[in-house]
Amino acid sequence: MLQYIVKRFLMMIITLLIIVTLTFILMHSVPGSPFNEERGTNATIQANLEAHYHLDEPLYVQYFIYLKSIVTFDFGPSIKQPTSSVNDLLSRGFPISLELGLVSITVAIISGILLGIIAALRHNGMIDYIAMTIAVLGISIPNFILATQLIQTFAVYFKILPAATWSSPMHMILPTLALATGPMAIIARLTRSSMLEVLTQDYIKMAKAKGLSPVKIVFKHALKNALMPVVTILGTLLAGILTGTFVLEQIFAIPGMGKYFVESINTRDYPVIMGTTVFYSAFLILMLFLVDVVYGLLDPRIKLHTKEGES
Amino acid sequence: MEKILNVKDLHVSFKTYGGEVQAVRGVDFHLEKGETLAIVGESGCGKSVTSNSIMRLIPSPPGKITKGSISYRGQDLTQATEKQMRKIRGLDISMIFQDPMTALNPTLTIGSQLIEGLLQHKPVSKKEAKLKALRMMDLVGIPNPEERMKQYPHQFSGGMRQRIVIAMALICDPDLLIADEPTTALDVTIQAQILELFERIQEKTGVSIILITHDLGVVAKIADRIAVMYAGKIIEVGTKREIFYNPQHPYTQGLLKSVPRLDLREDTLIPIEGTPPDLFAPPEGCPFTARCPFAMEVCDKIYPFHSKLTATHNVECWLQDERGKRVAASAIASK
Repeated sequence: MLQYIVKRFLMMIITLLIIVTLTFILMHSVPGSPFNEERGTNATIQANLEAHYHLDEPLYVQYFIYLKSIVTFDFGPSIKQPTSSVNDLLSRGFPISLELGLVSITVAIISGILLGIIAALRHNGMIDYIAMTIAVLGISIPNFILATQLIQTFAVYFKILPAATWSSPMHMILPTLALATGPMAIIARLTRSSMLEVLTQDYIKMAKAKGLSPVKIVFKHALKNALMPVVTILGTLLAGILTGTFVLEQIFAIPGMGKYFVESINTRDYPVIMGTTVFYSAFLILMLFLVDVVYGLLDPRIKLHTKEGES
Repeated sequence: MEKILNVKDLHVSFKTYGGEVQAVRGVDFHLEKGETLAIVGESGCGKSVTSNSIMRLIPSPPGKITKGSISYRGQDLTQATEKQMRKIRGLDISMIFQDPMTALNPTLTIGSQLIEGLLQHKPVSKKEAKLKALRMMDLVGIPNPEERMKQYPHQFSGGMRQRIVIAMALICDPDLLIADEPTTALDVTIQAQILELFERIQEKTGVSIILITHDLGVVAKIADRIAVMYAGKIIEVGTKREIFYNPQHPYTQGLLKSVPRLDLREDTLIPIEGTPPDLFAPPEGCPFTARCPFAMEVCDKIYPFHSKLTATHNVECWLQDERGKRVAASAIASK
């Protein structure tokens, strides 16, 4: 197990290095720089600014300066907001984004699994059709459309929920709904189909033959097996939620990390672009690792460590 | 002898898009305490449906018990509610399935699967349940049970898994054990061990066994009585001796002849020609008519009456009708 974790961590570092390199190349191949707005800045000042941020150095020097800043967890100051460092932006924005993301994925997992189970147990019944119609709608409607529709309905028309910002639990409802619906729909469909398959297995019949109650059969015997495919796509869903926060934080004016991320690209704020990208990537890679660990916990046949000559 | 199970005129059918499949069409049999009844027949003859009906485990819909009664210790199981059935399943009547590779839940430990039935039915603590589970594992012959309890099904071989399944079925000391093809998925050397295990357990616990199988070798080893099923009906029933040495129904005779034998020099198998009838529209007369070498005109039109040959030997065949001329069975067989 320990060996496996060490191996995975090495792989994670390599992945991160590739992401950093690619982002760096992409960032610098986009025309423009943080300073060449149509402001007519004096050439000397421009040169001084560039020297201050090492932008006049050759690219490979900038690259190594950058790698050093990652290793030391010091992403430097933001170019556009000189009063705060990238670390400040991250520590301000990340808790909010994390909260939005975690609440959404929790809501998506719980409601998706429940919806899937109910649909599977009432296979081809009215409830099944209703649940699957909701699921298809949830998959088809992009979250930004859903978000504006939700604001229009609940904030503008009925005036029962706030339209924007992130200050109380009431404020969380609409962004969470908008962000969670898509993943919920995917989880519901997947749970339903794998549940239907598991329910025909011999061990379910065996559990029935033991005289167990339907609740025990579903939750103790069927669910754990039915959740395997759900756990598999959880990694992808997490990535989806993550990118979803970029868009939704803009729509709902939530001061999370996604907002800084999008802004930094528009203004070529190099340190912020790199800082947020590295942070997001590291977070996602860590989450994917956790998903793999959960996989091993759910199914004892999957071993996380492999020895030579053992399957 | 006490009759613990009495099945009368059982009809089970399945509604499908193609129509209604009459899988079981009037089955009568009984089971005495401590005896082993084997139900034999080819695939699709309704033997598994019959056994699942006793446990009320046929998927419904589409399956339905349309007629008849199953009386277990005086209670008609066809009329029991689902809640009453849950109390009977596992506690009074247990079941063993064909494939031990799929009958165990891959994500739960053997121990937790063993004790959950006991915890469900009896007021015992987890510790007592565990002790009982250890005793059961010992009874079915699993070495170091303590350690094995914590393992998962994939860490066991096929034969070991079937032993676990048997231990699981017997943990509440049921009166009746239904074994649906318990050795079919195992290889031959393991089969013999499992059959011996059945005999030993029956000796120790006095459990009655209904053994569903298509393998006459299995039957010869452990059955007391044999019921031969064909196209949803029991066409002949008798003691092991009567069925093996004095089979009266042409189907039973064909079945016995088709068993490959090591002591004869012939190297060809003797099959029963033809296929069983379509159970969407079963024939009015005897369903074996089309394949029967002795078929008469009456066979095709009217289903034969029940003929009692001895107190234990019954057959449903016009050849054995009481009103007909008695012909020695050997004379028929030699034709």
